[in-house]
Amino acid sequence: MASLDDLKKRIASVKSTQKITKAMKMVAAAKLRRAQESAEKGRPYSEKMNNIILNLSSGISDKANAPKLLSGSGNDKVHLCVVMTSDRGLCGGFNSNIIKKAKNYFAKLAEDGKDLKIITVGSKGNDQLKRAYGDKIIANISFKESKNANYFDAEKVGKMVIEKFGSEEFDVCTIFYNQFKNVITQIPQAQQIIPLNVENSDEDKSDDSYEFEPEEDEILSNLLPKNISTQIFKAMLENSASEQGSRMSAMDNATRNAGEMVDKLTIEYNRSRQAAITKELIEIISGAESL
Amino acid sequence: MSEEFKVEIVNPEKSFLAKDDVSEVIVPAFEGEMGILKDHISIISFLKPGIIKILSKSGEENFYVEDGIVEFKNNNLSILTSSIYNLSDLDKSKQLDLLKQAEEEASKSEINDQTKYLVDQKIEVLKSIN
Repeated sequence: MASLDDLKKRIASVKSTQKITKAMKMVAAAKLRRAQESAEKGRPYSEKMNNIILNLSSGISDKANAPKLLSGSGNDKVHLCVVMTSDRGLCGGFNSNIIKKAKNYFAKLAEDGKDLKIITVGSKGNDQLKRAYGDKIIANISFKESKNANYFDAEKVGKMVIEKFGSEEFDVCTIFYNQFKNVITQIPQAQQIIPLNVENSDEDKSDDSYEFEPEEDEILSNLLPKNISTQIFKAMLENSASEQGSRMSAMDNATRNAGEMVDKLTIEYNRSRQAAITKELIEIISGAESL
Repeated sequence: MSEEFKVEIVNPEKSFLAKDDVSEVIVPAFEGEMGILKDHISIISFLKPGIIKILSKSGEENFYVEDGIVEFKNNNLSILTSSIYNLSDLDKSKQLDLLKQAEEEASKSEINDQTKYLVDQKIEVLKSIN
């Protein structure tokens, strides 16, 4: 059995850990509120953008000459995966969930004989992927300096993706991120952004036609790159809300576990203290008896 | 029948402005300025750098935009833009900042014709704001 001193030290250390996790939980909760707000505020933009593109692409008659970002490069050989994770750890299963989802997808690609290229956003994803897929990672982007997800960062990633598509480095692009549902649930998502998936156009609005100025395809070729940045930005916003949510519940758990541990250790400490006292008493009594 | 319609301006971060008592909006569309009144035909167009003017009951509001897309449909005008500034909030130093940025961009050598045109527009508009 551990000595009284050891137990005391352990209780103190668990208590200080608990203090830290509690503080982290508070910070995450505050940040979560902000991140959630901006995720919600950012939704109208990407939704409207999506709507306009749907309307536009349904209006395009000449599918063969449609911009490549919409119709694809005609091949299905090289897949680019943008895996978006956080820059900080201690957020529960947040990063590993994305990585797991991505790895499953990679395995499927490998089975189908496709080539794979990876861009990681956020250092944690890079850390976890570089052992198994180090040779596939073509770039790693990290936004450690910027406090909140902002559009300029998303645009940077978007431009890079578009540039690589322009130089025909890949055919299909998929982004991986966590969609924020609520504080305890975040759903890892794989979303294909190039070529754009327009098949989910269940709302048939083709009855009223638009006037375009300038021509459809010119608007479309201007809009599609923007849409990519927008989608990436949306993913970043969802991701940052998810990260904080995940961290908050992880830290909440940790705080509770630490509390349980302190209770258990305290009982053990008291028991051994009592045992020591009893032992001493017995020694004194038996010593007195023998006289 | 009133002669008013809805306008909503959104940027990636948030919904920038929403009004439903607008009588006329003038936007700097790519091929020239365009005034939009109620019951305009459905239209999609994109913007070049310029001033958006919104006329409503509560008066006139002006915004400086650098790019964006406008969609008008069923008397709903949506403007999507990544860079918009309310002219009444835009102070001199910010304006000069933007102007400097634009001028720097214009002085780059590897600039193509279209961006050059846009940047020149930007400079012109920024200079005209007082």
